[in-house]
Amino acid sequence: MNFSRSMVLVSSDPESVRRGADEIYALFEKEIAARDMEGEISISRLTDTGRPDAAPIVVIYPEAVVYGPVNAENVKEIVEEHLYKGRVAEHLLAPTRELSGRIGWLKTRKGTLPAEKRIVLRRAGRIDPENIEEYIAEDGYQALAKALTGMKATEVIDVLKESGLQGRGGAGFPTGLKWSFVAGTQSEKKYVVCNADESEPGTFKDRVILEGDPLAIIEAMTIAGYAVGADEGFVYVRGEYKLAQNRLENAVKQAREYGLLGKNIMDTAFSFDIHIHSGAGAYICGEETALLESIEGKRGEPRSRPPYPTTEGLWGKPTLVNNVETLANVPPILLNGGQWYRQFGTPSSPGTKVYTILGNVNFTGLIEVPMGITLREVVNIYGQGMKDGATFKLAQTGGSSGSVIPASLQDTPMDFESFRKAGVSLGSGALLICDENTCVVDLALVLQKFFKFESCGKCTPCRVGTGRIHEILTGIVEGRGTLKDMENLDYLVDSLTRISNCGLGQTASVPINDVLKYFRPELEAHIKLGVCPCGVCPMSAPVKEPAAVA
Amino acid sequence: MTDRVTLTIDGKQVTVPAGMLVVDAAKKVAVHIPIFCYHPKLGSAAMCRQCLVEVGRPIIDHATGHPELEDGFPRIQFSAKLETACTTLVSEGMVVLTQSERARKGQKEVLEFLLTSHPLDCPICDKGGECPLQNLTMAHGPGKSRFLFDEKHHAEKQVPLGELIFLDRERCIQCGRCVRFQENVAGEPVIGFYQRGRSMDIVSFSEPGFDSVFSGNTTDICPVGALTTADFRFGARPWELMAAASICSQCAVGCNTTLNTRREARSDGQIVVKRVMPRQNEQVNELWICDKGRFAGYHYTERDDRLLKPQVRRDDKFRSVSWDAAFLQAAEKLQDAEKPVFLVSGRLSNEDLFNLLQLADGLGAETLLYTNMGGGDLTGMVGLTSGSNLADLGLGDVILVVASDLQEEAPLWWLRIKQAAERGAMLIVVNPRETKLEKHADYVVRYAYGDEIKTIQDMNKATHKIHKVFAKAANAVIFYGSEGLGLEGSSGLAGACTSLLVDTGHYARPNNGLVGVWQRANDQGAWELGFRPVKDLQVIFDKSEVVYIVGADPVGDGAVRLKKRKPFMIVQELLSTDTVGHADLVLPARAFTEREGTYTSGERRVQRFYQAVPPRGESRPDYEIVAEIAARLDTALEREPGLVMDQLAEHIPAFGGISYLKVSEVVEQWPVINRSELFYGGAVYENTQGLGMQLRPAPVTSFPVSKGKGGLRPKEGLLLAVPVNKLYDQGLTVLSAPLLRERIGELKVCMNPDEADRLGFENGARLRIGLNGNNAKALLVVDPTVPSGILLVPRSMGLPIFEAGMPVLSKVRKKVTG
Amino acid sequence: MTLIEKYPQEVKQILARYPQDQKRSAVMPLLYLAQRENGFVHRRDMKDIGAMLDITETDVASLVGFYSLYHDEPAGRLRIQVCTDLSCALRGADDFLAALCESLGVEPGGTTPDGLVTVEPVMCLAACDKAPLFQVQTGAGLEYHERMTIEKTLEWIESRKEAAS
Repeated sequence: MNFSRSMVLVSSDPESVRRGADEIYALFEKEIAARDMEGEISISRLTDTGRPDAAPIVVIYPEAVVYGPVNAENVKEIVEEHLYKGRVAEHLLAPTRELSGRIGWLKTRKGTLPAEKRIVLRRAGRIDPENIEEYIAEDGYQALAKALTGMKATEVIDVLKESGLQGRGGAGFPTGLKWSFVAGTQSEKKYVVCNADESEPGTFKDRVILEGDPLAIIEAMTIAGYAVGADEGFVYVRGEYKLAQNRLENAVKQAREYGLLGKNIMDTAFSFDIHIHSGAGAYICGEETALLESIEGKRGEPRSRPPYPTTEGLWGKPTLVNNVETLANVPPILLNGGQWYRQFGTPSSPGTKVYTILGNVNFTGLIEVPMGITLREVVNIYGQGMKDGATFKLAQTGGSSGSVIPASLQDTPMDFESFRKAGVSLGSGALLICDENTCVVDLALVLQKFFKFESCGKCTPCRVGTGRIHEILTGIVEGRGTLKDMENLDYLVDSLTRISNCGLGQTASVPINDVLKYFRPELEAHIKLGVCPCGVCPMSAPVKEPAAVA
Repeated sequence: MTDRVTLTIDGKQVTVPAGMLVVDAAKKVAVHIPIFCYHPKLGSAAMCRQCLVEVGRPIIDHATGHPELEDGFPRIQFSAKLETACTTLVSEGMVVLTQSERARKGQKEVLEFLLTSHPLDCPICDKGGECPLQNLTMAHGPGKSRFLFDEKHHAEKQVPLGELIFLDRERCIQCGRCVRFQENVAGEPVIGFYQRGRSMDIVSFSEPGFDSVFSGNTTDICPVGALTTADFRFGARPWELMAAASICSQCAVGCNTTLNTRREARSDGQIVVKRVMPRQNEQVNELWICDKGRFAGYHYTERDDRLLKPQVRRDDKFRSVSWDAAFLQAAEKLQDAEKPVFLVSGRLSNEDLFNLLQLADGLGAETLLYTNMGGGDLTGMVGLTSGSNLADLGLGDVILVVASDLQEEAPLWWLRIKQAAERGAMLIVVNPRETKLEKHADYVVRYAYGDEIKTIQDMNKATHKIHKVFAKAANAVIFYGSEGLGLEGSSGLAGACTSLLVDTGHYARPNNGLVGVWQRANDQGAWELGFRPVKDLQVIFDKSEVVYIVGADPVGDGAVRLKKRKPFMIVQELLSTDTVGHADLVLPARAFTEREGTYTSGERRVQRFYQAVPPRGESRPDYEIVAEIAARLDTALEREPGLVMDQLAEHIPAFGGISYLKVSEVVEQWPVINRSELFYGGAVYENTQGLGMQLRPAPVTSFPVSKGKGGLRPKEGLLLAVPVNKLYDQGLTVLSAPLLRERIGELKVCMNPDEADRLGFENGARLRIGLNGNNAKALLVVDPTVPSGILLVPRSMGLPIFEAGMPVLSKVRKKVTG
Repeated sequence: MTLIEKYPQEVKQILARYPQDQKRSAVMPLLYLAQRENGFVHRRDMKDIGAMLDITETDVASLVGFYSLYHDEPAGRLRIQVCTDLSCALRGADDFLAALCESLGVEPGGTTPDGLVTVEPVMCLAACDKAPLFQVQTGAGLEYHERMTIEKTLEWIESRKEAAS
């Protein structure tokens, strides 16, 4: 597969087409070819720009520069200046006047670019999550009907493969491929498990989906059951998510009443049922093998792999484990086709991504946007800028094991591929935005406390290492840091990543690794100068009680 | 796919069965991959991650299905991450690097992580000297810690998991070997991890704490000094200890053990036994022993009431005499008697018994075996034969256990049978009440007390399901016990079992036959040599002039009541028993720890034990005492145990071919246990002193017809008191172990709730029970698994129910006292 | 009273959820049931659950120790759990916890002398944008209290006190 250095998106909504978008598209192809750049630059279409005022528009990634309205004469200049010379053609930029509109999750929103695109969250907040009728009225169960009545199991998987959907739990594994592994394993019994043990600090996207649109998950699991040949499913819901559990229980009950779960669904030969299993406060159970252990009534300690759950999962049977957000994408993909899905996001990471925006920004909450938008856009568009006009310092992605992203990377498109290349991780979809008053050492300490508490203790490096990192950081914020600590942190980060058993241990050191990589001077200031540049850390060891004099 | 694969480990090529783990395959070519959590008997856990290695696999060309070649060699692709050798299965063409820079780095890091939270209290740690962590640190560890901490990791250091096993939380490296042993091997998960992360520690919530008869084994396999036994902790340092190979004398399994001894000031400069350790014998006890063998294995030999000098009764008082005088008197008495009687028990070695037999022959004496379980004549004919190993039984084989609570009577057989069942062998448990083995059984057959023989006879009808199972099985073994049965009943039961085996062709070949769940280590040997029990000992004592009692306490057991006229009693013993108290001549014998000899196990394996400590007082080995008496009667008997065995092998056909040389042979066993690199198997001893040898099949063509009736049945209005065997009882061999007192507890009798209701007793009631004129106080346990009409009374717990081991029918009268 | 005597319907439903030969899987929902009434799992219930599922009491206890939502010791009738994770910390959750503890006169993890309130810090409660917040275990289940202040919290505790008396 070829990777493009840039991507050109030409809008293709009816208004843009009316204003000559197709011609512009063709011109881009021609101009790029003329400069022998076909291998480096890809061109795609963009629908639903949300910017009829500037149509047709052209968005160029990775810079996420938006031009518009673009006419045929502009194309050559854009290619020449932007794509060839790397200079933004300032005078062709789309006006930004409409970017200040209130963005709120659960509100439909127009007028920003790239548009918030709701696939996963399209029903959340709009329908009564406890009423199956409303779900059905909003396209609910059409995808299942389509699959059961007109598609072979392999065809369902083919559509998923075509869509390019990747797991939204954090690792980004191609979903269609995973399904085909389970489908391809011979067994009389198979299971579908929905991983709803969302426990990454700062992440609550799955919770909103489960609470707002529980039947989407039930339908998606049923489709998955049909596709992989399973007749039973479990939703493993985080213990704290009581409301989500209740809604799921209710959804299952209603689905059964409507003959959408149970024996002979929609009068076909296909039978499928779902049970809800509540977790009980263990972050590690978000790791899929630990989750399976937990359903089996054991301590949630990750298994060693291979074998993978796709061949030996729950109770030793082939098991498909998918994250909530991943599943929520399945019915719309099935309904609209794989190609439809590919029009969102980037070629290597199609579709949308749900993020929780938190921290020192004016808007905090949930957004669903196409893959590939940049951090700068998140902060300035969706986050409506930094609070009190402060300066962006860093963003922490994907909960605790997410990266600490410095300002220098805020124009990297947020998709699996680009982030992987930049050496950072997209994580589970949290974006904690911090300003210059945030001390990174303090931030790392809080994250490390979490890992120390949540390490299951099974493997040595994670059990001991997470605690050690925490101890060292505690020493540094209390003013007891030494240069040796830096060395030890470097060592621990490297070691934990290489030799831990599961994802928790392997990523537990990601935040501190990023701090060492991008914020070393700040860390060194704590140690060498004995000051916290942000004035956050106490920098003095807790005063010990004087020993009693006998 | 072939069933063998060839791979290269550190440049050494090895071919092993497919499905083997890399860590084990490495062992085959003497590459020792460091491990903590892995144990060849426990399987993989991948917890400690100490065994990280680099693994490369040939790149397969998908078009041809063959490896891609480069300069004629397969191209190898190494995985990006280090892999744990304890979870990685071997594959064809695999290349494993255990010493590469990457691998060594990973291993070093894990070791360092472990050490950063492990206390450096090796100088006071029991494991010091045989500690895998210590060994690995010496071999690969950094000299200095990279971390400087004001505070080390603190945790509780003396946590009793029960009264037998202690946990040092600071030392624990959370490898989970102990937890997995209890779960996967012992099948009794009574210890587990509590909390998580660094706070994770081992707890037991059972009542009593760590309630498993195999608990001691966890201290052997603990790779650090976190688990120690209350018996040995702070008792000695491993490097001070001498090791003598021995055989456990507590039951008929014949577990191979090592007795660790040292000379110490606190025992007045004597050499004493400090602990009992398992010694590997994959055909008998693998790497394990039960807690009775470990904690009560030798203590009775150190009792203060050991007999130290020959004594004679004069004017109703014992006076010490010289051995010469004692031998002479014994010889005269035996010669003068018209038909002297020799009463011996299975506590004696084969050599002792053979010399006794020779002496009795010369004197024309009657030779009696002291036991309340019969059928040994049959186990001699259709018992297990050479080449048998319970570990070979699995899918397609059948094991039947009847009238025995095996975990209480022979824990290691229980364990091995459970494992056979897990491997797929069909397990049939036939018992009048629930036992722990049933959980692992395919069939459970419940019969009423009294129906033992009939139940087995019914099974042998051609149309019976179990008969068909036996007929179809590749191999079949029956273990029979004596629950609810006396001598006659158990003989009859053995007969019925023999018929089933013979009719379905399961005898006289390896891994087939009948095994008696005997109470003593060498009961089988005594039967093989021709000693037989009698139904009524009282008659013998009433009419005989001289009785020579060796290794038995019929008076203490209530088997005989001495009347005014009693025979002249020559008693050869270790301890001051009741029988010794009534003896006319007392000959002090040596304990098995103080001499050599062999026992024949229930599986008919002759195994050798060695001298571990010097003898006490003037005691002499039994075979030697007998030879000395014989010498005074002009009969020359061998005095060297090895030579006695040569004689024995010549005279007793079943022992043909057996010699000390043969039973001392060893072959390489798997897993390879080697105390010079302790991290693999734990502190268990390797076996360099002999795996023993099984007896030959007896050339039998006809079998005695099974007769005899079963035990008594309960009757309306009467309770049937059934004696049951308990692992921990008040017999002298167990009671002498101070550690087990709590486990022995008081006399507890069990009864069905309906029965208790009918009689108006409540659970936990204190009863006074009278049986046949014997009285004892007992605690009532109301237990729904006890059939109605039955009162279970443990043997050797202070309430003798002898009558040749028969149950006793007794009317229960409730006496209300204030 | 054993669990099955107390909640016959629930126990039956829970057991039906898992395959016949995998009874052990029911242990987590049964533990929730056991702690429904008093907010912690009693030793006796662990034994009871073990017997029901054919596992040892130690096995059951081992899970109580692993999962942080199970408690093996009684706490105050209101177990107030304050999230102090990163996103909440940035919104002042640490200060909120400290102030709350001070107002109630307890250490974090401690219980007020009247046995009404236990305050403890916990990991992410997934309502990061609404910190300071706490969840509270009551007989009815889990409640979330978001965007809290000390005043509002104390007021709420007071109201529960009245309700209880």
